[in-house]
This record gives sequence, structure tokens and C-alpha cells, in this order.
Amino acid sequence: MDNPYVVPAIVAVTLATVAIGFYGLRLARTTSDFLVASRTVSPTWNAAAIGGEYLSAASFLGIAGLILKYGVDVLWYPVGFAAGYLALLLFVAAPLRRSGAFTLPDFCEVRLHSRRLRKLATAFVVFIGWLYLVPQLQGAGLTLSTVTGAPYFLGALLVGAVVTANVALGGMRAITFVQAFQYWLKLTALAVPAMFLILHWQADGRPQVAAADGLTFPRDTVVVVEDRAVLTLPDGSSREVTPGEELSFSAGDQVPKVSSVDASNGLDWLLPGDESGDRGLFATYSLILATFLGTMGLPHVLVRFYTNPDGSAARRTTLVVLALVGLFYLLPTLYGVLGRVYTPQLLLTGRTDAVVLLLPGEAVGSGVLGQLLAALVAAGAFAAFLSSSSGLLTSVAGVISTDVLAHASDRGPGQRGSVRDFRVAAMVAGIVPVALALNVASLDVSQVVGLAFAVAASSFCPLLVLGIWWRGLTDAGAAAGVLAGGGAAVGAVLITVVGPPLSGWPATLVAQPAAWTVPLAFAVMVAVSMATRRRTPADVSTTMLRLHAPESLRL
Amino acid sequence: MLALITALTAAVWAVYRLRARRSIATATQRATYDVLHTAGLAADPLRTGLSRTSAAKAIRHLRGLVGAQGLALTDPDEILALDGRGNHHSAQVLAAARRAIAQNRSTVLGSAELPCDRVDCPVRGAVVAPLTGPDGTVPGALVAIADDEPAPGLVQATLETARWAGAQLALAELDSSREQLARAEVRALRAQISPHFVYNALSAIASFVRTDPERARELILEFAEFTRYSFRAHGEFTTLAEELRSIDRYLTIERARFGDRLQVRLQIAPEVLPVGLPFLCLQPLVENAVRHGLSRKPGVGMVSIEARDAGAECHITVEDDGVGMDPAVLVAGVGDAASDNGDDSGQHVGLSNVDERLRSVFGDQFGLVVETGLGAGTRVSMRVPKFHPAVRARL
Repeated sequence: MDNPYVVPAIVAVTLATVAIGFYGLRLARTTSDFLVASRTVSPTWNAAAIGGEYLSAASFLGIAGLILKYGVDVLWYPVGFAAGYLALLLFVAAPLRRSGAFTLPDFCEVRLHSRRLRKLATAFVVFIGWLYLVPQLQGAGLTLSTVTGAPYFLGALLVGAVVTANVALGGMRAITFVQAFQYWLKLTALAVPAMFLILHWQADGRPQVAAADGLTFPRDTVVVVEDRAVLTLPDGSSREVTPGEELSFSAGDQVPKVSSVDASNGLDWLLPGDESGDRGLFATYSLILATFLGTMGLPHVLVRFYTNPDGSAARRTTLVVLALVGLFYLLPTLYGVLGRVYTPQLLLTGRTDAVVLLLPGEAVGSGVLGQLLAALVAAGAFAAFLSSSSGLLTSVAGVISTDVLAHASDRGPGQRGSVRDFRVAAMVAGIVPVALALNVASLDVSQVVGLAFAVAASSFCPLLVLGIWWRGLTDAGAAAGVLAGGGAAVGAVLITVVGPPLSGWPATLVAQPAAWTVPLAFAVMVAVSMATRRRTPADVSTTMLRLHAPESLRL
Repeated sequence: MLALITALTAAVWAVYRLRARRSIATATQRATYDVLHTAGLAADPLRTGLSRTSAAKAIRHLRGLVGAQGLALTDPDEILALDGRGNHHSAQVLAAARRAIAQNRSTVLGSAELPCDRVDCPVRGAVVAPLTGPDGTVPGALVAIADDEPAPGLVQATLETARWAGAQLALAELDSSREQLARAEVRALRAQISPHFVYNALSAIASFVRTDPERARELILEFAEFTRYSFRAHGEFTTLAEELRSIDRYLTIERARFGDRLQVRLQIAPEVLPVGLPFLCLQPLVENAVRHGLSRKPGVGMVSIEARDAGAECHITVEDDGVGMDPAVLVAGVGDAASDNGDDSGQHVGLSNVDERLRSVFGDQFGLVVETGLGAGTRVSMRVPKFHPAVRARL
């Protein structure tokens, strides 16, 4: 795809982000006015920053790809990604802010005073961070290979290196205004082309997105075969294709079904539920639980709440995040739907994650307008994984440097690492996900993110919810619950990524584990806490008062 | 599959633990380890002082050390905790403990002194040992209950355990007196800032009373708010935002005195404003910068305050372009805070006080870093962790 505007747009976004991080806001905020300098971050800005950090490659690219493939069933992904903030708002936001904790391990220490539990929480933060970083790098590789034709591994490697170096050298720190800028950039990058797409669709006479007799190519298309597969042609005959073969279709031809790509068609695409019946229902509930409850366990989201001056500001911030994130998630859905009409060839190749990147060019045409829109979308995608991976890497490097390196160099508990520690930690934290991303190219971006949510929902959600709302929680109970629920979810992730392919119920239980791991974690946590009632922290009443009493009481 | 992985992990962990145990080779070593381990478990609660909660936590481990049928821990008023047998003898035990505490003498009770109307009562004797706390005070007593006339071994063990527990309580006392000392230092610091500043501020305000009454009124209000913050009675910690607000008031008053000679430059990352830090640990640095950067120097002086977000920490620097000082003098002054070399002494005390308080709260690597030289200005920087279990910003 020859688009002269894409590379400059990506470079501009990257440079602007790094430059604002390094210089821009530093100079802008140098002042002699105390009122200006000591103004806290308003909930609106903070919410935009959370949105900027949260809306990752999975949201920007992955959701549209899933909708293109599976239709209405996967709408639960965007709904859950947004609704997770509702759970956060209801159960966690304000008390967590009042606890004064900066990270999840900090919360364990405040509430249960256990250094072992702290270490366990650290391990889970690192694992979730890595698991969440992998799809970001995957998205980066995909974006670069789609828009420039570079091989997949080069993109993932390049972006991994850029982000790691940037975090290690102290650029892209969690600067609120940079991340807020990223949110608006991402929203613009999807919203502006979306308007053109809708106008174009209207002008085309509103072609059907789920025609009962299958999709048709909107124009003459050539598809290069990459893997061996069997095509089922519209007339019922089938044909085997080999890598390197070129298939040409002319406008109006029906899109054949490919054996290696699992996709829904016709009414199946439009209606919820699928042929697998109960298993499909279970997977959907699992997904809902994972995304609703997993958001509160994401390390890079929680550190942002520290910026709020008090508990009620934290609540207001969450409310604004809900609105901003909800607004954003309307757009990828639209791309997925229109992708059915304009980029059906992606259903042949299976690279549906690229739909957002290709759609503007395919629909609006290869004129200047189409190229500009495509460049805008590519820049937005770049912003998406730059901001989320920087935020994630900063959080992971933060806990590694404070909880792992500080202890390794034997400086005693509770003592924080130095700048050098942080750099070492950032390198370590960056290398692992890059290595993983190079090996899991075949998984859908959103599915890997879904697994990260499942682990977070089965480890930190019970810990936070019970820690905040139940006085009886003990350190032993918390550790047991995190190990049981989180450990089971981690096991499911490992089997999905490196294990043998499964089928039937085991496949469903492993691919979408939240519906059994979350209740397991809660049950174990409650049961073990009841059994170890002697270990309830002595100051539990003081801690609870502190978590729940509004600051205005000045207790 | 999943169960298999879990089982494997559990097995590996169990083997690892067993091997770790086995590395303690001989029976003697094993016994020493057990005693030290139990003592360590009992020490944690005792180090928080003698109370019902701490006694309840420690008593089980203490009984393990003494090896008696029952063990009670009392203070002069009541039995704080009792583990094992002998619950129905608590009145007699308490009376014996009171006598022991009053006389600071250990006693051995035989079955004659522990009459009981229960046929199956197993209690035949008891050893009462007072706990000797700091300065020879006796905060409580340890009572070991035996099902036989107390053997010499039990008496020995009880006495030694009581002595050890007394030492732990003395350490608890030490901890709390260290905290009291830190609080006293904050109070000392409050008392220290005021005299210079109060005098200067009031004279500066006085000069406006006739020429600009409105401004004088505002300044007095600022001054009132400033003193309210500095003399506030509660809380050892505050947030960076509040500390900056107080510094703003301070600088407003100083500007009234110095006019345009005092330039201030601020660069505060809004993300770190909620960071909790010891009360009044930034303001002395700013006061020093103003005094240093301006008072003994002609022309304009610039004070810059910077707070940066650095991952899990916040980095704060206060810088002036004033006369600076000789590092050797500073080191001597910090080392010996009491040395009285004229006008500078207050400053050294201020810096070393902040330094000590930062170290005592956050740990030794969080002390102040001072970069200075004669004629080169001064730059004082500190690192504050965003979260520390000891910081209770609002309590």
C-alpha cells in the first residue's frame, strides 16, 4: 500500500509525544504563580489521561477486527471494557484513593500489613502488565506491516525498543497532559474518518452489512494466499489453495469461506449466540465477568487514581472516564460493521485486526482524501500503543524497581529504588513482552487482552473488593484466594498460549476462564479468611474508617 | 491439566520447604532454631507494648518457650491473657501477680496456696515472675501454671522468659520514645522558625498600614493563616499541596518585605501534589533559600522550587542563586547541630532537623542532598516515596 502520508504522520505523532513529554509542558508550567503551579489535576483532565492510557491497540484495532469476524456476540468486548469503570466507580475508586496507596502491592500493605502478600501482588502486577503489553506490541507489528509492508517482527521489535528506551531514559513518564492529549488524538483519528465513511456508505445506497446470501466484493480484488487452506466457493464447490497463489475476484463476486478463518456470516453474524449453545453462553458470561471486574486490577489504570486530590475527585474522574471511554467505543464498532461491506478480503486472509487501518483507503478511495484519512488512522493506532505500552511499562518497571530490585540489593524492606534501579527494571520489563510478542502472532489482539483482564479479575478484583468492603479478610485468606483464582487464570493463559489445541468444554473453560476463576477466588478468599480469623489485622477498624470516611470529615 | 500444574507447583514448593528445613542438621541446632523462631514470633507483638491485644498474640508463643501447662500475662490491674490450663484460678493468679509486681520479686506457689474445690483440678503449683521494664519499673508479671509442684527447670525457664519479655517491652518503650522525640523535634522546629520571621513579617506589614491599608489587611490575614498551619497541633504528616500553600503565604509576606528583589520560579508536576510528607519539611528549605539567596546579597535573588514526578517517587528541589556556603562549614554544622556560630546556626539546625526527620520516616537513603559552594548558590534536594506505610497524611 503506497501512501506517502502514513510514515510522516506516524513519525509526527511519536515525536510530538516524546517532545511534549520532555520539554513542552515542563516549560509551560514554569511559573511564579502558586495558584497556577499548585492546581491539582482536574477530574476531566485526569479522566482523559486514564482514557489515553487505557485505550490500547486492543481497543483501537482489535475490537473492529473481532466485530468484522464474529458480529454481535463480541459487542460484549467494548461494552465490558467500558463498563469495567462502573465496577471501579461503585466499589473501588474512592476508598482506594483514600488508602493513599500508589500501587496494588501498596494497598496490600495498607490493608493487611503483610510483606509476603505484597510480594505475591507484585508478581501478579508484573504478569498482568506483561500479558497486556504483548498485544500492544503485536498491534504495533501489525500496523507497521500493514501500512509499510515491513515484516511483522520488525515492527514489534522496533516499537518495543522505542518504548523501552523512552521509559528507561525518563521520557514519557506518566505525564497527565501527554496522556490526555493521546486520548483526544485517538478519538479524532477514529471519529473524523468515521464521518467520511458514513457519508460514503450513504452515498453508496447503504449496502447491507449482513446480507443473507453472503458478502460480495465491492470492487476488483486480488488476494495473495499466505497459508494452505480450503476455500468453499459460493456455488458449493471447494478448492485448496497454496501459499503464494494469487486469487482474483471481480466486483460483485461473493466472498468464499476459508477453512482456516473462523467467522460468522449472514444471520449468524447479526444474532447473538452461536452453534455451540451452552458453551457459547458460558464464554459470554465469562467475558462479561472478566472485563467488568478486570479493569480494577490493571496496574497502569490504578496508579492514575493517585493523582486525584481526594476520594470524591476519584469518583468524579471515574464517571468522566466512563463517558469518554463509552464515547470512544462507539467508533471501532462502526469500523467493524462497515468493514463487512468494504474490506471483505480480510475475512479471507484472517488478518481482521487490520480493518481499521485499511478501511478508509478502501472505502473512500486511493485519492488524497483517502490517503490522508488512512494516515490519520495509522497515527492514531500508533498513539494507542505508544501511550498504553508506556503507561504499562512504567507501572511494571515501578513495581520491579521498588519491590524486586530494592530487596535484591538488600537495602531492607520499604525502601525505594534509585533512578538506576528504575532503568534496569524498565529494560527487564520491556524485553520480556517483546520476546513473547514475537511468538504469539497468531492470536487475536483482543483475545490476549481478554486473558489479561481475566487474570486481573480473578486475582486483584476479589482482593480489592473484599479488602475494601469486608472486615474479616486476613492476609492468609487474601494470599490463598489470589493464588487459587489468579493461579488458575494464569494456568489457563499459559495453556492458551503454549499448550496444545483443545476442543469442546475444556477449550471454552481455558479460553474464557473468568466465570469459574473469579468465583473460585472469592470463595477461597472468604473460606480461608474465616478459618484464619485470628490473623485479622488489629487495626482493621482504623483502616476501614480511613478507607470509607469522606475527607471532609477531617478525621 | 490445570489441576496437574497446580499439584506439581505445590509439590515443588513442599519439597523446597522440606529441604530448607532439613538443612538444619543436628538436634541441638534444631532446638536452637525452634526457640529462636518462637521467640521471634512472640517478640513482634511485645514490641508494640503491653496491652490485651499484644498479650493475646504473644501468649501462645511464650507458653511454648516456658513449656508450662498454662501461662498468664498480667499487668497490675488484670490478667491480659491466659493460655492453657488454670482459667478458674485467675483470681488467685492475679493476686499473686500483684504481690510480685509490688515487691518486684518472683515467687513460687505450691498447691497449699492454690486451693480449689474442683475435684479434677490439675493445677498444683505456679511460678510468678515480674517483668522488669526500663528504669526498674515493673509493668506486669508472667505466671506459669504447673500440674505438679513447680520443678527447678520450670522456675528457671519462667524467670528467663520473663526477663526476655521485659527486655522486649523496654525496646517497645524505646520505640515510642523515639517517636516522641521526633514529635518534639517538630515542635522545636515550629518554635525555631517563628522569632526571625514573626519580627520581620510584622515590621514589613507595619510599613503598609498607613500607605496601603488594604494590602496590610491582606498580609495580616496571610500571616494568620500561615501561623495557623505552622502551629497546628495534629498530624505529623501533610501533603505537598498543603505545604506549598503555606510556602505561598510565607513568600507573599517575604515579598512585601523584599519587593521585586525576590523572584520565585516554580515548576510543580500536578501529579505529585497529593504526595504525603513530614509536616514542615519543605518550608525550612525555602526559608533558608530566601535568607541565603537574598539577605546577604545585593540585587535580585531567585528562588526556584521544583517538584518532579519520578515513577514511584517524587523529587523535590529548592534552589537559590545566593552567596552559597562552604561545604565544610555545612558538614560541621550538620554534624554538630548545637554549635553556635552566629547567624548560620539556625539554618544548620533547620537543615539537619529536616534531614533527620526524612531519614527516620522513610529510611536512610532518603536524606537531604545539599549542593553548595561559596558564591555558587545552594541547591537542596530530597526524594519522597509516593507511598510509605508510615505516612498517614490525614491522621
